[in-house]
Amino acid sequence: MSDPDVQIEPTVGEPEAAGPRQMVLNMGPQHPSTHGVLRLILELDGETIVRASPEIGFLHTGIEKEFEQKTWQQGVPLTDRVDYLAPLSNNLCYCLAVEKLLGLEIPPMAQWMRVMLAELTRLNSHLVWLGSHALDIGAMSVFLYCFREREDILRIFEMFSGQRMMTSYFRVGGLALEPPRGWRHAVRRFIDAFPSRVDEYEDLLTKNPIWLRRTKGIARVPLEDLLDLGATGPLLRAAGLKWDVRKAQPYSGYDKFDFEVPTRTESDVYARYQVRIEEMRQSARIVRQALEGMPSGPYAADAPKVVLPGREKMKTQIEALIHHFKIVTEGFRVPAGEVYQVIESPRGELGYYVVSDGSAKPYRVHMRTPSFGNLQCAPKMIEGGLIADVVAALGSLDFVLGDVDR
Amino acid sequence: MLPDRLKEFPAATALEARNPAALINGKFDRGGLTLEIDPAGIVEVCRCLKEEQQFVRLSGITAVDWHPAEPRFEVVYHLHCVERNERLRLKCRLGEPPEIESVTGVWRSANWYEREVYDLFGITFRNHPDLRRILMPEDWTGHPLRKDYPVHGHRYDYQETEDQT
Repeated sequence: MSDPDVQIEPTVGEPEAAGPRQMVLNMGPQHPSTHGVLRLILELDGETIVRASPEIGFLHTGIEKEFEQKTWQQGVPLTDRVDYLAPLSNNLCYCLAVEKLLGLEIPPMAQWMRVMLAELTRLNSHLVWLGSHALDIGAMSVFLYCFREREDILRIFEMFSGQRMMTSYFRVGGLALEPPRGWRHAVRRFIDAFPSRVDEYEDLLTKNPIWLRRTKGIARVPLEDLLDLGATGPLLRAAGLKWDVRKAQPYSGYDKFDFEVPTRTESDVYARYQVRIEEMRQSARIVRQALEGMPSGPYAADAPKVVLPGREKMKTQIEALIHHFKIVTEGFRVPAGEVYQVIESPRGELGYYVVSDGSAKPYRVHMRTPSFGNLQCAPKMIEGGLIADVVAALGSLDFVLGDVDR
Repeated sequence: MLPDRLKEFPAATALEARNPAALINGKFDRGGLTLEIDPAGIVEVCRCLKEEQQFVRLSGITAVDWHPAEPRFEVVYHLHCVERNERLRLKCRLGEPPEIESVTGVWRSANWYEREVYDLFGITFRNHPDLRRILMPEDWTGHPLRKDYPVHGHRYDYQETEDQT
């Protein structure tokens, strides 16, 4: 039936204008190594990446808009959902910002507990990063090892807050609940075992020839470019900048803890791996110091107009009952003003810009999330490299798409 | 004009010496220095701060909608000097239609930050290399973080159903 005169256009054309080796490849939005829903449009010349453009926004949930409808205290659970691998870091940053606006003083026990749990969060996040990063590159067993320890951390979180991931354990004014019975034992058992577990991961990877060849010299970016492109955290430290918000602008009593800020100068995937491994050891040190030096005292500030009264007090004192009613029905008012609170999240600089107009709801909450800035460096990292290294480079960025899209 | 109590901040005084017309006001509150800048001079101010005052990092750009006040929008820049461990906030008030010069020429990181502000607030950044939506779908209408944008979106008109019942 075919007519020999009709020229059938070939379905796979010869792209003369683009050259025979050029093609455009869509990586994602559903690709296991993008750790969420990220779409990368890669322009390839053979196996070399000529241009990469990330498309984000698939997980945008309008959290910043939602903040404006909630009372100040109701905003805390929203912060969990931003970076679901570091919920407590986000809780902490938001609470610190609101407390700064209120001028609230937080009792030492609550501060130390915050530090301890924030560092456990860092361990949690770094363990997921290490496991999935190694899995992307092809080392399956590391993933299983990491998730074994992560499970212990999640059990500790569950013990404290009743939740494994969406903890909302820090509240404006202190902690949500009194620390549970037996928490010392649980944390001690974990932290005693943990350093040797990090040795186990290092045994598997640090001198592994396949790991070295997949990570050394890959995705190298100079420090100036990283700073200019908005990168923060371990990316900058792997490029030689000794800058950590916990040291530079200590918050929540971090200045009372003794820890090192690890740096490397190579600025490649392997250097980022080394920095994060060392950070895990340092975080474990901080957790141990917090555990051993934990002060006693109340777990929330003495601010009856902000912090809910205890049950006993509420049933026996009329003022406490009034305050309880006021806080629950209309929330507390925060003096007008603005604060930009910055903390060191596992991924880098996390900033909450909180604006109050003096009412019981935030006027505006902006989250400067580390993943957003870090992901902006992705094209710089992978352009000019091989397609096989894209996965290694993306893994070394350690972004969470919920944190990027908010 | 720089208020007298801000004379002790080198970044503020250097900026005033360099370009007094661009500096409208300033305040120091809760440990943070804020300078209000004339929108017309924002690029010059940023370049001066980066090159002469070592504010090598742009931590972020965001905006606040003060609807129905006029001028309505406030664009907020958070700068960071790593060397001196110093942070600085710049603010520009914009009326309708909101437009300001892009600072992508000063810090490349402004690219995505400005796209986000454009997407969620509808503020146009002139001379931005790639100004399009970043978080919302490309065919979206409206800018969700504006105060006159309903939190449930325009798709569901609750008013109408109330009238019917």
